[in-house]
Amino acid sequence: MNNVPLVQILFVSTGLFFIGMYGLFSRRNLITILMSIELMLNSVNINFVAFNKYLYTTQLNGVIFTIFIITIAAAEAAVAIAIIINLYRSHHSIDVEDAGELKY
Amino acid sequence: MTNEFYVLMKFELLVALIIFILLFMKVGSSSWSNKKVLVAVNLLLLVNFVFGFFMNSDGTLFGEMFRTNKMVELQKNMLNLGALIISAQSYSWLKNHAHVMEFYMLLLSTLLGMFFMMSAGNFLMFYLGLELSTIPLAAICNFDLEKRQSSEAAIKFIILSALSSALLLFGISLVYGTTGTLNFSELPGHLNGSALQLFAFILILAGFAFKISIVPFHLWTADVYEGSPVAVAAYLSVISKAAFLFVFTSVLYTVFKPIAGSWYNMLFLLSVLTMFTGNLFAVRQNNLKRFLAFSSITQMGFILVGISGSNQMGYASVVYFLLIYIFSNLGAFGVVAFVSAVTGKENMDDYKAFYKTNPFLASVLSVSLFSLAGIPPTAGFFGKFFLIMAGAERGNYILISIAALNMIISLYYYLRVVQTMFMEESRATIERLPVNIFAKLAMLVCVAGILAIGFVPWIYHYIYALSL
Repeated sequence: MNNVPLVQILFVSTGLFFIGMYGLFSRRNLITILMSIELMLNSVNINFVAFNKYLYTTQLNGVIFTIFIITIAAAEAAVAIAIIINLYRSHHSIDVEDAGELKY
Repeated sequence: MTNEFYVLMKFELLVALIIFILLFMKVGSSSWSNKKVLVAVNLLLLVNFVFGFFMNSDGTLFGEMFRTNKMVELQKNMLNLGALIISAQSYSWLKNHAHVMEFYMLLLSTLLGMFFMMSAGNFLMFYLGLELSTIPLAAICNFDLEKRQSSEAAIKFIILSALSSALLLFGISLVYGTTGTLNFSELPGHLNGSALQLFAFILILAGFAFKISIVPFHLWTADVYEGSPVAVAAYLSVISKAAFLFVFTSVLYTVFKPIAGSWYNMLFLLSVLTMFTGNLFAVRQNNLKRFLAFSSITQMGFILVGISGSNQMGYASVVYFLLIYIFSNLGAFGVVAFVSAVTGKENMDDYKAFYKTNPFLASVLSVSLFSLAGIPPTAGFFGKFFLIMAGAERGNYILISIAALNMIISLYYYLRVVQTMFMEESRATIERLPVNIFAKLAMLVCVAGILAIGFVPWIYHYIYALSL
């Protein structure tokens, strides 16, 4: 299990982070945008757990931080989805292009 | 130990107590009318503010997770005062609203989150406070449920704040990877300015810059202010920004002190960009809420000039300026909020000949705008003076000249509003509006603050003595 070097794990997590950012900027559907944000937050989780396991084996800071990130991401998604439902009631669409009244 | 706990967490416990009182009233389906509830909440907030002056002490709790000192307590009480003023100003908006208690529960939860964030001694605690102060704020941006613009503003706010917290978290994870600790007190010893640490710092800076709307990350500001209810816009522009600036300044000055040479250049660039962009966009606005949004972006640029001083005076000038900013921006937002709640008008053209029909409101708005512009008898002048003095101690006169130039540009658009109210004629002017006692008191407090703070020297000396 320990023969995967840390660099490769960091490579995966950084890749995941920027894929998430790409999705956030390029997608038009609000639910997909939320999924991209989850991707970014999960890449942070991978980072924390990997650092904790490979570099600082005597402490638990990284793992505890991960648990809190997962919890708060769930809370954030709940509020965001509530807002999206309300947006759907007023705009009849969850496409970001349709929510463009406030500009400049 | 137990007594110490109650004393050190006094601010948090009081706000939590008010939230629970409201929660129990809501669950117990009390038959109180809106007006009664509003009077009770305002009184509770007043008690909260007054109690903030007593029993202040320094100390840490929970293994340095939570730390507090006299400076943090002063800052928390400034936020308490701001929340009280906003609550009093939003009386005319809330008195006919169906969900008053929910509004206050969400509003006070964000205040609680900011308090935890400001006394955080660890990145974990800091992150939890930050999210507690952000997520309910997105919910109250959407508080005009039936308005299209309100839900658009809320969705913009929640997505961009989630993005900013993801950036911040990635930065924190890299800091953890390179140093092995998350404690604010241990971090400075482990930071050595390596490339990875600088990258992590840039990500953390980006996260903060979203929250206090510094220029490359400011795009949500005007949209969210325009779409959300005016009381929430005032809360976002004053309380939320002040809390994040307090944390930002103290994190820069203590945790990231070893790489101060690097962040000075970043702040220089960001501050110049922020001042110019905020000013140039503010010139072309017609909606007063958008106008105040861009004016607040410009003010953030001036504050960055003060922060870049990176000494005791820098810290003191930022806190002093924010104290004045709370009064002046809330004075301006208070008038706009009142007019918007009663008549629904928010455009600059509607304010033509406003002075003839509503001399009191027009005077309050002009005094606040004078203070924001930094015209001498008002306190805004002294605030900006100390900010620029703090920046000048560093010896970077290019930055100081650019800041002075931007103050001149900003005079144009602040005075344009005053000119519209006092000098222009109009047939469709706003009729005479009776001002209720709460809004009137809040506005008078703002005006008194604007006029008095500049002339009471011990306030600045007191803040200076408490600074790091």
